[in-house]
Amino acid sequence: MASFTLHVNGKTHQVDVDPSTPILWVLRDHLNLVGTKYGCGIAQCGACTIHVEGSAVRSCQLPVSAVSSQKITTIEGLSEQADHPVQKAWLEHDVPQCGYCQAGQIMSAASLLNNNPNPSDQEIEDTMSGNICRCGTYFRIKAAIKSASNSQEA
Amino acid sequence: MTLIKTTYGRRSFLKVSALAGGGMVIGFSWLASCKPKVDDVAKMPDEWFEINGFLKIGDNGMITIMSPNPEIGQNVKTSMPMIIAEELDADWKDVIVEQAPLNTAVFTRQLAGGSQSIRQSWDGLRMAGAGARYMLVQAAAKTWNVPAEEITTAAGVLSHEASGQTAGYGEMAAAAVSIPVPEELELKEFKDFKIIRTSRKNVDAKNIVTGKPLFGLDYKKEGMLIAMTVHPPAFGMKLKSVEDTEARQMPGIKDVMVINTYEEGTPRRWCDVDSFPELVVVIGNSTWEVLQAKKALNIEWEPFEAYEYEVYGWSEENTSKHKVPSGLESTSDHLMRMKEAAGKTANVVRKDGDPEKAFKNADQIIESVYTAPFLAHNTLEPMNFFADVTDEKAELVGPIQTPEYMEKSVSDRIGLPLDKIDIQMTRQGGGFGRRLYGHFLVEAAVISQKVKAPVKLIYTREDDMSFGIYRPAYYVTYRAALDKDKNLIGFHVKSGGIPEAALFANRYPAGAVENYLAESWTQSSNISVGAWRAPSSNFIAGAEQSFLDEVAEAAGKDPIDFRLELFEKAMKNPVGERNDYDAERYAGVLKMVKEKSGWNSNSAGLHRGVAAYYCHNSYVANVLDIEMKGDKPVIKKVYCTVDCGIVVNPIAATNMMEGGTVDGIGHAMYSQMTFKDGVPQQNNFDKYRLIRHNEAPKEIEVHFVDSDVHPTGLGEPPLPPVMGALANALYKATGKRFYHQPFMYNGSEMPS
Ligand code: FES
Ligand code: FES
Repeated sequence: MASFTLHVNGKTHQVDVDPSTPILWVLRDHLNLVGTKYGCGIAQCGACTIHVEGSAVRSCQLPVSAVSSQKITTIEGLSEQADHPVQKAWLEHDVPQCGYCQAGQIMSAASLLNNNPNPSDQEIEDTMSGNICRCGTYFRIKAAIKSASNSQEA
Repeated sequence: MTLIKTTYGRRSFLKVSALAGGGMVIGFSWLASCKPKVDDVAKMPDEWFEINGFLKIGDNGMITIMSPNPEIGQNVKTSMPMIIAEELDADWKDVIVEQAPLNTAVFTRQLAGGSQSIRQSWDGLRMAGAGARYMLVQAAAKTWNVPAEEITTAAGVLSHEASGQTAGYGEMAAAAVSIPVPEELELKEFKDFKIIRTSRKNVDAKNIVTGKPLFGLDYKKEGMLIAMTVHPPAFGMKLKSVEDTEARQMPGIKDVMVINTYEEGTPRRWCDVDSFPELVVVIGNSTWEVLQAKKALNIEWEPFEAYEYEVYGWSEENTSKHKVPSGLESTSDHLMRMKEAAGKTANVVRKDGDPEKAFKNADQIIESVYTAPFLAHNTLEPMNFFADVTDEKAELVGPIQTPEYMEKSVSDRIGLPLDKIDIQMTRQGGGFGRRLYGHFLVEAAVISQKVKAPVKLIYTREDDMSFGIYRPAYYVTYRAALDKDKNLIGFHVKSGGIPEAALFANRYPAGAVENYLAESWTQSSNISVGAWRAPSSNFIAGAEQSFLDEVAEAAGKDPIDFRLELFEKAMKNPVGERNDYDAERYAGVLKMVKEKSGWNSNSAGLHRGVAAYYCHNSYVANVLDIEMKGDKPVIKKVYCTVDCGIVVNPIAATNMMEGGTVDGIGHAMYSQMTFKDGVPQQNNFDKYRLIRHNEAPKEIEVHFVDSDVHPTGLGEPPLPPVMGALANALYKATGKRFYHQPFMYNGSEMPS
């Protein structure tokens, strides 16, 4: 056990956990932030995607000890009122089916647009291929990313 | 005018109250779980009036509609309340939807399966809305002292034109509560629908995109412990011994125990499929601590002897024996066994005319074998359940498709009566059939009872994938006989599998061929199987639709024209009496896809495949276009045409069509579960391939048949046919037929 100071969604938290604990489980079990999902635990499905210093990372493979001084954003902190351009586009396109993968999809998409406000189809496909959707909502995800990209441009 | 009887089946549905006492103020869990906007709070009424088990109306006109069925991503939580709101004549923006708990006194068939939620609830939901509207109209008539027939409703407002009086539903709700519902109610004409047939967005969408705690895995309760299980590494094995000294001493660990999910000698239900009833369980404070302790266990396993257990039939009156053979099975042996079995005599399921003679006299015989592997469900949310079991009661919360059945199984197992068991359904991170089988719910209850604490049971992805209730492995042989004029004079399907076969003997092309033979065979196995999105159809559609393409080619006919000729025959002069499809609707979607895809005109540079299929009461046809990029096939576009009767919610129905199309392509192309000495060879997404974003079709175009037929489901029908359309397009693109799923391993060769 060790004590860590975490900076999540603009707040500072103190947690006492095993240093090897992936940040995913610290968020879910200790900080009550369950929007970040568990899907595989081996960085294959993207359900656990969060932002560390603004970049998308898989939280299931990231030990708490590696991020304790960095700025973390989770789906809960992406916006105050579901009004991040990506969230708005998701609502507009009615993307979710079961919805389980969508927090991870949104975090990946938000980071993509942050780095590349006007991605090509190929760039969207390449970046988003790390996020599995068993319900098969890829087609809408792409459409939503495109409209979020246009809206950011405007 | 459409009238409907309010006594329906065995109960009079609109009289039972879902909650104790009408007119009470109810706290909203969604308000607790979301950070509400100020105007959301301002919109809340001071008082709620319960009109019937399905809905309550607030004094300010807000309406809460209970969605009875489990939500697994098929969007019933939006579409079922839409049907109620339509007949109620509510304004959709005033509606809040809540997931109903399991309540067999109020709701019928709280089950997600077989794409039947909408089809089987259509009448009941309309009645609930119409009944509430009736009560409001009567209340207004009394209050205003005018004839009820003169009162009209629209968007949550009652009006009496002659006297100029109007009132919102909220103003009449208190008076409406005590109005009795008559034995018959008037329903709307379809042409007057204002909510049904319009696109309404997912009622949970905002909570989903903001990461609210909606799913079973997100559920928490004060004092809750985390439990995880360890099951045998191979089908055919059981527990021998556990050495847990080290695990017990690890930080955060509360207990290590062995449980028996289903006690020997007690009959199980159809949904109690469970290959590993004896499990080692680790219980602790947090997920990570339990995961570490799991690894520290030292467990010995041993092969089991063949055994059998009793299973209740559907009526639960009689039981039959389910036999589980011993042995450690491998995919290579399965393939050999299936090949051998396919050459032996099988059960004749249907025979028309004289197929033997037709094949003897044939000018040309086409024969092909198609196969497909076991598949795991891989709902993205792994199996999990919360249980808090005390001596007095059991509280269970989580994702389950069959709450009504599982409540009985839990009751049998933990010894509490049904009325002491409360099952709450969370939103479910996918179902696809996996959550029909609720052993994990029973496990959670048994663990909680033993540790005397609230417990959330969590499966890791590896636990989930290797404790599967898989789609069976299939093998089908098709033969077709053509006469010298290339007419199809005989058709033979011999379908088998481990441990089940996929066959719909009375469906197309049965009824369209004079001489027809359908047979089946099976081979036993101790690998557990169950329903997987579009059971049987998820294989047989692709195989049959590919084979028909081969036959059309041999007959020198266009694949669509060839199929349409057969439908023509089935319509005008059907063979046999038990044909289980409507040839006209079937042909309808095929003609529509021909037109929408520009089949004859629009194909420059494209390799096109077609398929049409009927299952779960809905009809779907596809044209799929492939473009080759070097030696890599790229799916440019899929056209889908659908006849599912009335389309309740077009935007959601389109979403289901798109998703099912992607899912069908993905599984035909990439997915398989193989075994070596009983051990599942794929246990996470590094080895088990699911389709990814860059492999999905670039475009999907969906068209619905305009119809006044009662609505049917869309959870399953989109998936099966596209597998055939894909195989047929791949043939055009590569010159090779794809007989063996998954296609990505060169599906033209039988795997070894
Ligand atoms: S849970 Fe982290 S990538 Fe799947
Ligand atoms: S919406 Fe169900 S997994 Fe993506």
